[in-house]
Amino acid sequence: MTASWTISSIRAALESKKLSARELTKDYFARNARRNSELNAFLALSPDLAFAQADRVDALVARGEPLPPLAGVPVAIKDVISTRGIPTTCGSRILENYRPAYDATAVSRLDAAGAIILGKTNCDEFAMGSSTENSAYGPTRNPVALDRVPGGSSGGSAAAVAAGLAVASLGTDTGGSIRQPGALCGIPAMMGTYGRVSRYGLIAFASSLDRIGPFAATVQDVASVLAVIAGRDSADSTCVPETVPNYAAELNRPVRGLRIGIPREYFGEGMDAEVRKKVEAGIKLLESLGCVPVELHMPHTDYAIATYYIVATAEASSNLARYDGVRYGLRVPGATLLDMYKKTRGRGFGAEVKRRIMLGTYALSSGYYDAYYLKAQKVRALIARDFVEAFQKVDAIVTPTSPSPAFRLGEKTADPLQMYLADIYTVTGSLAGVPGISVPCGKTPEGLPVGLQIFGPYFEELRVLQLAHAFEQAGGFSIA
Amino acid sequence: MKITREQVLRVAELAHLELTEAELDVYSRQLDEILAYIEKLNQLDTSQVEPMAQVFSGDAAGELTSAREDEARRSNVANAVLEGAPDPSRPYFRVPKVIEK
Repeated sequence: MTASWTISSIRAALESKKLSARELTKDYFARNARRNSELNAFLALSPDLAFAQADRVDALVARGEPLPPLAGVPVAIKDVISTRGIPTTCGSRILENYRPAYDATAVSRLDAAGAIILGKTNCDEFAMGSSTENSAYGPTRNPVALDRVPGGSSGGSAAAVAAGLAVASLGTDTGGSIRQPGALCGIPAMMGTYGRVSRYGLIAFASSLDRIGPFAATVQDVASVLAVIAGRDSADSTCVPETVPNYAAELNRPVRGLRIGIPREYFGEGMDAEVRKKVEAGIKLLESLGCVPVELHMPHTDYAIATYYIVATAEASSNLARYDGVRYGLRVPGATLLDMYKKTRGRGFGAEVKRRIMLGTYALSSGYYDAYYLKAQKVRALIARDFVEAFQKVDAIVTPTSPSPAFRLGEKTADPLQMYLADIYTVTGSLAGVPGISVPCGKTPEGLPVGLQIFGPYFEELRVLQLAHAFEQAGGFSIA
Repeated sequence: MKITREQVLRVAELAHLELTEAELDVYSRQLDEILAYIEKLNQLDTSQVEPMAQVFSGDAAGELTSAREDEARRSNVANAVLEGAPDPSRPYFRVPKVIEK
């Protein structure tokens, strides 16, 4: 059977009856059985659901009915996104046996679009991390180099697609958790504008930052999945009502004449020399397509990590207060109610989650709120203003996605601050709320993928996708 | 500034986290390092800046929120929810006694 399927090649094979959705689903579970013990990309499989979905697609084909947009496409879902009746652990011991009573909106939209849900993917616990090493169920390995991390926190979703264990997957991005693993595994990965995709059923980490978005082997497939999951949802009041264009149909619009901003703050110290070479070559490639580079100054970039680690941890400390051993997940018995809370949380959460709850609780505590949380919210406004002002001069912003290619397992686990700095180029866009993509930009001499990041103005996902698509076509960097 | 062990203990109390002695030591040191890094925010004058709590706020929020009528709907998930609870006693969650006679 073909090694790498795309959404359109699956559709063509189904329509011409060269393949059934059931056969394809079987093949993806067989691939999983061969590779997953080594990669640890999936935490749980959902064969009953997958085969029921496949049979539904095959019945449509048999009756000659029109196929929905993702008919027969095998997908994987990050384990912080709720799936009804299927384990959803968030990579945490505290939710080890949790099975949600409902589907996230993004999941029910994939289902309605004919996708085949294969299972749940590994991630840093509660999406807190940049390497997937903070999972309570062991790290995921990068399929490109098994001694290296896939990035994080959506490392399982990135690795699943890069290894051909899923055609597309959903991840979540709070500070870079879609774009950075996309870059480190060598596949396109996108977050839409904040609020573009409903967060209903996404288990909250930092509500003002959390976004769901797709991974796939091509920008075209990223566009097709985003179009399915995006759009208004009455179950999430922060989900915006703006109409969703048919992204995939309009991808080929020419990019000639687009002004691409190159902010000098993203090209300073701390960037790996090979990453710099590839990204600079990537900018030249965009120029050869007729894009016009414009040097930019985004003065608050250097404050983004500090801002992020106050805003995100403060929100997390509040969101994670719900894990108290009463209604779901782990309970460690205690003599009193308070004792039970403390023991459950002390033993159920891993080291990074506890560290962030501590930092967030401190930042919100009496006497420190103004100095930390309020201050960070004000600097966040300055960072967002940098973007708004930049987009008065340019149509898109182009930067590296990550300062280094995939690092070795264990390389950064002892030093939390070093791990936080892995997000240095991605957190800015997270704080501002603008859409962004990471698209493959070649490999280092060691064979490690490098990602190019493209930001667009609010709701200009289509422009971001068009640029990424043109870049991918011109560079020949896609794995599909 | 230096975060003291007492402050770390106090924060753990507020966050309802039981921490081991070893964890208290590690978190004291690491929180200190992280907070020292965060001090850089004080280089910026933000006296004239409105805090940003949400991506779309003010006028933008008015246009972009999709608030709906607050109408009661049946969700029919009570049984499924209780099935996943650590100690259910239908239709309740059982917890250690909180009220003494």
